[in-house]
Amino acid sequence: MKVISAKELEDLRNEILAGKDQDKPCIAVCGGPGCLANQCLEVRDAFVNEIAAKGLTDKVDVRTTGCHGFCERGPIALIYPQEIFYQRLSIDDIPEIIEQTIVNNKTIDRLLYTDDEAGQLVETEGEVPFYKKQMRLILGNNSKIDPHSIEDYIAIGGYSALVKVLGGMQPMDVVDEIKNSGIRGRGGGGFPTGRKWESTRNAQGDIKYVICNADEGDPGAFMDRSILEGNPHSVLEGMIIGAYAIGSNEGYVYVRNEYPLALKNINLAIKQAREAGLLGDNILGSGFGFDLKVNRGGGAFVCGESTALMASLEGKPGEPRAKYIHTSDKGLWDRPSNLNNVETWANIPLIINNGADWYSAIGTESSKGTKVFSLVGKINNTGLVEVPMGMTLREIIFDIGGGIPDGKAFKAVQTGGPSGGCIPESLIDLPVDYDRLTEVGSMMGSGGMIVMDEDTCMVDVALYFINFLMEESCGKCVPCREGLLRMGEILTNITEGRGRMEDLDLIQDLSEVLKDASLCGLGQTAPNPVMSTLKYFRDEYEAHIKDHKCPAGVCTELITYSIDADNCTGCGLCLKKCPAEAITGETKQPHVLDAGKCIKCGICYDVCKFDAVIKE
Amino acid sequence: MSQNSQAPRGEMVKIMLNGAEVQADPHWSLLEAIQFYGIDIPTLCHDEGLTPYGVCRLCVVEIGSGDKTKLVASCMHPVWEGLEVRTHSNRVIKTRKTILELLIARCPSSKKLQDMAALLELKEVRFEPLNDDCILCGLCVRMCEEQMGAKAIGFAGRGPERYITTPFDMNSEECRKCGACMYICPVVELRCQGPQAETVLCSGCINTEPVCAPDYGEAMCFMVPCLSCVKGPEDVK
Ligand SMILES: Cc1cc2nc3c(=O)[nH]c(=O)nc-3n(C[C@H](O)[C@H](O)[C@H](O)COP(=O)(O)O)c2cc1C
Ligand code: SF4
Ligand code: SF4
Ligand code: SF4
Ligand code: SF4
Ligand code: SF4
Ligand code: SF4
Ligand code: FES
Ligand code: FES
Repeated sequence: MKVISAKELEDLRNEILAGKDQDKPCIAVCGGPGCLANQCLEVRDAFVNEIAAKGLTDKVDVRTTGCHGFCERGPIALIYPQEIFYQRLSIDDIPEIIEQTIVNNKTIDRLLYTDDEAGQLVETEGEVPFYKKQMRLILGNNSKIDPHSIEDYIAIGGYSALVKVLGGMQPMDVVDEIKNSGIRGRGGGGFPTGRKWESTRNAQGDIKYVICNADEGDPGAFMDRSILEGNPHSVLEGMIIGAYAIGSNEGYVYVRNEYPLALKNINLAIKQAREAGLLGDNILGSGFGFDLKVNRGGGAFVCGESTALMASLEGKPGEPRAKYIHTSDKGLWDRPSNLNNVETWANIPLIINNGADWYSAIGTESSKGTKVFSLVGKINNTGLVEVPMGMTLREIIFDIGGGIPDGKAFKAVQTGGPSGGCIPESLIDLPVDYDRLTEVGSMMGSGGMIVMDEDTCMVDVALYFINFLMEESCGKCVPCREGLLRMGEILTNITEGRGRMEDLDLIQDLSEVLKDASLCGLGQTAPNPVMSTLKYFRDEYEAHIKDHKCPAGVCTELITYSIDADNCTGCGLCLKKCPAEAITGETKQPHVLDAGKCIKCGICYDVCKFDAVIKE
Repeated sequence: MSQNSQAPRGEMVKIMLNGAEVQADPHWSLLEAIQFYGIDIPTLCHDEGLTPYGVCRLCVVEIGSGDKTKLVASCMHPVWEGLEVRTHSNRVIKTRKTILELLIARCPSSKKLQDMAALLELKEVRFEPLNDDCILCGLCVRMCEEQMGAKAIGFAGRGPERYITTPFDMNSEECRKCGACMYICPVVELRCQGPQAETVLCSGCINTEPVCAPDYGEAMCFMVPCLSCVKGPEDVK
């Protein structure tokens, strides 16, 4: 199935479409990381077996897809053509779905999503509040295609942007189109993509590289993973277009080692694209040739940093180096190299197909298009959301995310990965774009969003992220290696009641040095979690230092448990459960807690049904 | 080492060094230019004969103008036409001091670090001493590889766990016992056992009366190694 011209690709697309019956039922089972953890593959197999058992194999398709976004509700299946949204499936539901929905065309209420606010069941995906406000330009295709099928991708218009580019656009036209779209990098820094391409294009050298950064090391983030697993050809198409624009014939995809499915899917996609003549020499008869290699990541967070990534590709230790000479001039093997993030690449075909004007109409003045966020933490609707730039935090967290579980109050949201800042409740109406996030002391980063509720101690949060960054620091330069170690020491002292008010100035000094003098982005952005919490939650730091109290009741060294004799009924439950034998008392008599023996595990507090255990 | 090889040899570029316009060879690093004009700035991980590594960050200088300035490691940074450089601005001094404070806390026994502390008028070390005996400058590694061709030692571990070692932490066959690594190590010489040897910082032997302008952010000063001018209230902490 080698296509040697744009026309042949068009013919192929028409052939695929003609062979597809649009009304044929198709069950798209999410096989993304969230659903996998909920046994979605068993659900998928149950569908296949049940369909076979009912003799419907020719009449119904089953598709295993990438993440649909609403991971909280997994396993998820979408039933086409009606787009019925079934959630929290178990294998026991499958025969009923085949019998009722597929054969008798009836929906099963029990498996539908309930819109609590409206108090009613919703049938289709588009009506689910989680999806309603989203703009899923990148992720929306995940449920429509089998990531293992290049035909599926071609059927939804895949590789038509490549046809457009090779069929009459000059490389500079492509660069201009990307520049005019206003798209900025989705991997962290937010550098304008068109300008990066232009620099690499203009750099001196015969051999140039384009590279895809799929190292995604932020804890809790899985947007790049979901794109690569769910729609690998969209990334390939973007890279081929980029290579043409930049004048590169060789590329690399650098995939995090812990992402076996992403590795498998991108390798398969490359193989298919080669067989189809979309990679290799003389692509679509244009004379332009390009091919790609896949590399496994070096297994450290810092390997995602551009210079460390390139060192790792060269087979050296994945450590950053000074970037005073840009990688667009001297990158991989000292040759001009253009590195973009997975999501950045996936946006390229969209921009080419729809035009820079269409793209730049989405978003805000300084930030164009949509952004995928992984919404995790204390939030009802955990998952991947894709929204236009400029949507407020409130809309993302409350309208899409469904707010905070258990009726707790929202306290802060940390955006941008481990070195992002914590944004407080007072800024909940902040529109999310690159510059606004930076203004308030956080960053876009790659799109992590960790929601925190009232039970979160902000000093403890800062310590958590500093410890993460300290462990992930390569240790090469002094400000980051020694500075983070000291920052961690100081924060530990504060959370354990040994803090001094001078420590807050010391934190400030260390932060400035980290930001100003670290060698790479890890150290330069590392103070964000500390500086932002110190700025917005200074009273919490002071409470730890001056009053030796943790207002959120998290820092174990600073909390004490006791029993309120007035409320205690003497039921004895706490006594039975206490692992430290710290509680004594006669049945039906108020119990007594010996603070000297107590190991502060909190079990008594949790088990007491009479609110008699006091935590302060 | 030459960093900026695009410019033809022989043609000089102009840079603004502490407010004075001077000529620089585009093949120089910024540190080389600064040193050529006799300005002394501290360096720890740099040696003329070895590839710059840029990790101690003591050689930071401030470049740019207006509110678009930033700190760069001069040993790694190229020079180019019109580059504005300040080697002793308040921001630079403060940063160097905090970095040195971190280094001394790691390795208080080093004479070199103590001497630097005296020069920079470091008054206080606010961290618990670690009493390590290596500051991970990597000079020994580069010396062994680049000058001795032995590659007998290297780095292992990451973050605060980073250390210098032989391959697989075993006695290395590659080592020729030439001693070059010890020769170049900046912290191998122990500090003098003066009257306060057990404190983290001694700094007793420096005259600290301010003699010049309060700072010379934009002015040229060749009083090296004096630095007693950099004693604004925010400099001494
Ligand atoms: C410590 C560190 C880790 C990073 N990790 C990633 C990553 O996992 N994925 C990524 O795309 N970019 C990562 N970046 C950003 C890259 O250095 C680079 O800016 C980005 O890949 C460029 O692509 P873009 O312009 O499309 O955003 C990281 C940066 C730093 C400093
Ligand atoms: S800032 Fe941190 S991660 Fe980056 S080079 Fe320095 S030590 Fe390594
Ligand atoms: S569980 Fe509560 S009520 Fe029962 S003995 Fe313990 S403190 Fe008293
Ligand atoms: S907190 Fe844990 S150890 Fe302390 S009294 Fe309660 S159950 Fe026992
Ligand atoms: S003594 Fe050994 S380790 Fe040191 S420089 Fe010589 S060869 Fe290298
Ligand atoms: S042993 Fe000496 S030369 Fe080698 S890294 Fe440590 S301080 Fe530097
Ligand atoms: S003050 Fe004394 S101990 Fe300190 S450096 Fe001078 S001579 Fe040595
Ligand atoms: S993994 Fe299934 S919806 Fe995200
Ligand atoms: S001398 Fe420049 S960073 Fe060490």
